[in-house]
Amino acid sequence: MTKKFLASSYLGLLLVILYAPILIIVIFSFTEAKVLGNWTGFSMKLYTSLFQGGIHHSLTSALWNTLIIGLVAASVSTILGTMAAIGIYNLQPRPRKAIQLVNSIPILNPDIITAISLFLLFVSLGISQGYTTVILAHITFCTPYVVLSVLPRLRRMNENLYEAALDLGATPFLALRKIMLPELKPGMISGFILAFTLSIDDFVVTLFTIGNEGLETLSTYIYADARKGGLTPELRPLSAIIFITVLVLLLVINQRAAKKKL
Amino acid sequence: MQKSENIIEIEHISHSFGDKTVLDDINLTIGKGEFVTILGPSGCGKTTLMRLIAGFLKASEGKIYIAGSDMTKTPPHRRPVNTVFQKYALFPHLNVFNNIAFGLNLKKLPSTEIKKKVMQVLKIVTMTDYEERDVDSLSGGQQQRVAIARAIVNEPEVLLLDEPLAALDLKMRKDMQMEIKAMHKKLGITFMYVTHDQEEALTLSDTIVVMSEGKIQQIGTPTEIYNEPINSFVADFIGESNILNGTMIDDNLVEFIGHKFECVDKGFGKNVPVDVVLRPEDIYIFEMSDAAKFSGQVTSSIFKGVHYEMMVTTPEGFEIMIQDYHHFDVGKTVGLRIKPADIHVMKKERLCNTFEGTIVDKSHIRFLGHTFKCPTASQFAHGSKVNVNVDFRDVILQDNEEDGMLPGIVSFILYKGDHYHLTVLTEEDENIFIDTNDIWDDGDRIGITISPEAIKIINL
Repeated sequence: MTKKFLASSYLGLLLVILYAPILIIVIFSFTEAKVLGNWTGFSMKLYTSLFQGGIHHSLTSALWNTLIIGLVAASVSTILGTMAAIGIYNLQPRPRKAIQLVNSIPILNPDIITAISLFLLFVSLGISQGYTTVILAHITFCTPYVVLSVLPRLRRMNENLYEAALDLGATPFLALRKIMLPELKPGMISGFILAFTLSIDDFVVTLFTIGNEGLETLSTYIYADARKGGLTPELRPLSAIIFITVLVLLLVINQRAAKKKL
Repeated sequence: MQKSENIIEIEHISHSFGDKTVLDDINLTIGKGEFVTILGPSGCGKTTLMRLIAGFLKASEGKIYIAGSDMTKTPPHRRPVNTVFQKYALFPHLNVFNNIAFGLNLKKLPSTEIKKKVMQVLKIVTMTDYEERDVDSLSGGQQQRVAIARAIVNEPEVLLLDEPLAALDLKMRKDMQMEIKAMHKKLGITFMYVTHDQEEALTLSDTIVVMSEGKIQQIGTPTEIYNEPINSFVADFIGESNILNGTMIDDNLVEFIGHKFECVDKGFGKNVPVDVVLRPEDIYIFEMSDAAKFSGQVTSSIFKGVHYEMMVTTPEGFEIMIQDYHHFDVGKTVGLRIKPADIHVMKKERLCNTFEGTIVDKSHIRFLGHTFKCPTASQFAHGSKVNVNVDFRDVILQDNEEDGMLPGIVSFILYKGDHYHLTVLTEEDENIFIDTNDIWDDGDRIGITISPEAIKIINL
């Protein structure tokens, strides 16, 4: 009995330590105090001022930039990654293994290396840094994750499905659209969500590819803000919103994974 | 061109994956409305042949005509054939109706017509009322019916079936065999059926094409294939059989297991070595009496449901399998006789091993990728190309690959009543044929040795 109690309190303690910082931010997003840690009574003022723009225009524009970059990067890498996965799946075993290794290198590679190499690439190609380079960079590190989430779907699929569609009179394009894509959709959606969260989350690669034309994403904005001394209080409600959003996305992914196993 | 009677014509088709040849110069014509079965062990190239006809593979060499036109390079969606896959390959995200309607929808038929046609085929495969069902909720047999319905609803000229019953249990398989046969009659289109199950082939087909190692061994009706197998491979593969070495003494007279028998085969010449095939149900077994042509002792008897399967050893040392409704006790001496018409004589494919070789020097010759010692090499010019003959009995097999001069794998075993005739595949993909009394298993890795005296050089 005591053993069970000790075990569960240990787990409880761990969870509290893990989630305390986030919880504190969420709690203190509902008060007006400028400094984190002062409770000056419940208020939704930070939430309203976050969405009013005006003084915090740069924060909201950073938020928009982040979302647009995330959506574009996730969409493009979902398309590229799915195409790559289909290609990889249809290779002979030997080249397939080789390409899968190549695909996993960007995932294992430290962010800073990816960041520096992309930075050098863009500079040497003379591409002016800004929206385009950030999106290209995000597509680069997101695509391998999409490949990884679509491949298992392909492996589980009956190997003759595509041929069956051709056999029944579908052109290769129609067979892809009517049979392959519906079959791969769950993997593509998981891949998209994964790519989107990775893109929103990214700091290192973004910092190196964002240039100095005044473009800011959330992560670079917060970093710059913190270095100027003191975080804007509106970051608290923003963090709370992002946390809840990610939590919901995560629950959706897990639900899908659980359903797939059935 | 003619091509009106024949729905499929295959001319000199060869196909290889990398450097492995899976089909070697296949020629085959299939008549309109026929039920043709391609029969062979796994790896014989039968599925490759079917995939070439469906268009999923492009032939390395040769031509394929379907319904009179050259379709060698036509993509699968433009061929008038439909396929039933081994693992059904139903579209999991569509229900039964939409699976069957898939091909019709692509043809943009009006929806009332699609509905009518789908209902019609559902009736043919006895799956009426299942159209709204999810395909994953169906049993294996039901999925197979939907797969067949999905193919025949497009009214193809040829229906290809790739081992469609392999995943079903025995009872289900028997039922489906009957249904497929009935469907063939009703639809009147050509069925091309691929299987490794000889019984299935005999039950279903108008014509059987027996394949082995990428080549067609024999084409014929089920009775022809069963009663008149063209070589020992076909005889062994189709049904149970006793295959024995014999000598054709003269027309209508053959000697085997130490006795002379009257037979109905002729035209082989005098004193020619042959293979003799006896079906186990064609040998009469009875209490020892004057009616016996020869005798034997029962060494085992197993009840097989309808008949008993008995092994009988003759005084001359030959073992023969016999199937009969009556049981004879183990150890009993029995009388045996065979009707002339039940003795099937086949020309021997080869009498000894023949290899292509090159003289290396006065005492060495190279063949099978190995240099052998050979004293008679001195009679031939250095570097000349020659043929090498080695008797089946003169090849020595060893348990350890390393002990032999070259390694090999046992790929085919034929029991000849008193010895085994093995086919051994070398690393260079050449076949060596060996007679031995030792028991080996299919797939055994062995060492091969040929002594210098056994090598007979023949000038080209």
